[in-house]
Amino acid sequence: MTMNVLLFMVSCILTHNFIFSRFLGCCPFLGVSSKVETSVSMGLAVTFVMTIASLFCWLIYHLLLVPLDITYMSTISFILVIAALVQFVEMFLKKSSPTLYSALGIYLPLITTNCAVLGVATLNMNEGYGLLQAVLNGTFSALGFLLAIVLMAGVRERLETSHIPACMKGFPITLVSAGLMAVAFMGFQGLVP
Amino acid sequence: MTILIAGALLAVLGLVFGGVLTFANKKFHVEIDERVAQVRECLGGANCGACGYAGCDAFAAAVVAGDAPVNGCTPAGQKGADAIGKIMGKSANAGERMVARVLCQGESGIAKERYQYDGYQSCATAAGLAGGPKDCRFACLGLGDCMDKCAFDAIRMENGIAHIDAEKCTACGMCVKTCPRSVIRLLPLSQSVMVRCRNSDTARTARAVCMDACIGCGRCKKECQYDAIVVENGYARILPDKCTRCGACAAVCPCKCITIEGAKTAEAAS
Repeated sequence: MTMNVLLFMVSCILTHNFIFSRFLGCCPFLGVSSKVETSVSMGLAVTFVMTIASLFCWLIYHLLLVPLDITYMSTISFILVIAALVQFVEMFLKKSSPTLYSALGIYLPLITTNCAVLGVATLNMNEGYGLLQAVLNGTFSALGFLLAIVLMAGVRERLETSHIPACMKGFPITLVSAGLMAVAFMGFQGLVP
Repeated sequence: MTILIAGALLAVLGLVFGGVLTFANKKFHVEIDERVAQVRECLGGANCGACGYAGCDAFAAAVVAGDAPVNGCTPAGQKGADAIGKIMGKSANAGERMVARVLCQGESGIAKERYQYDGYQSCATAAGLAGGPKDCRFACLGLGDCMDKCAFDAIRMENGIAHIDAEKCTACGMCVKTCPRSVIRLLPLSQSVMVRCRNSDTARTARAVCMDACIGCGRCKKECQYDAIVVENGYARILPDKCTRCGACAAVCPCKCITIEGAKTAEAAS
């Protein structure tokens, strides 16, 4: 059991990394990765939301959509769930934990439009995961996202001070680095059978 | 039939979520002082950090909480301070408007260069390479660290030194902090007469590295009738409080390093 969970974790974080192998959540990955601290906040907010979204989407799918035989409605209902959930979590945090709220700041509402969240919900459904596995998938995949965005922020902080040809400055060099990182992550393929 | 079920499900889900959110909004309602948003509107909005807070939002919250002065935002100026004062019910006097000035005239050709710098275009980096490309240890390096930091687009690089547009400058002080040579100072806007050099080497050394260097000869000090000039550390300095902007010092300066702001434009116009 423990072994299986560990393998699943490695698979979610490294081999099937959301950004580098599934190419989901690229927008915040490029948008919020200019500083390590902000990228950590973003990663944590995503982890938080993806875990809860996995749970709720699984419940909606298996308790409502499957019995009613309208599974084709999954995408739109997942979007609804995620949007409502993020709103709710934001209000809840504002009241109960202002510190966490100000740490996550603007990133929390931004996650509504993060395709990685919808992606994990859809994946859980397509792979036919059970409830526990779905939630674990949400958490671990988000940790993979956290790892990727923090690594990227580190790379970009270094890029700031390096001598880059004018035509490559800014976005071009960022995309090239992201591509190289994706290639590096391909090295993890085959780690999990 | 299925389309009805699908529609009904979405409607129900929407209603349930809407209900939950409405309830949550009531339940978790947090009182926020609406003045914070109003104060935030009046600020410079550049998140420059000159006020000492993490950003405009943090400063606005501090003003409302009473921790920060209403005139703490330099970019907003007197106008902003008045507006914030009105919101907070306090009167504000921002004091005289300050402006950042580059106290160096070492353009390329005037200040001697000891090597050609072709590395990363940053003053801080260049200054670390054998003391920078210019012979003068105090000169503006002209690679634009201040220009990059300026949130108001008030600084431009020309002939190897920085120029600051007094109209656009809000005296936030970012350039002053950034400059590795400390040649940028905040001075009152009305202080039109200034000594544009901070070279504290001896006269001979200073003159050897720059045509426009202050050699600390003291002729301006003798000429000044108001005791507004002090010569210290090898260069002259004008005290804004005593100076009457008569310009007599500029006329006698043998090194042309005392300038009168505005005079140049008048000459160019005529």
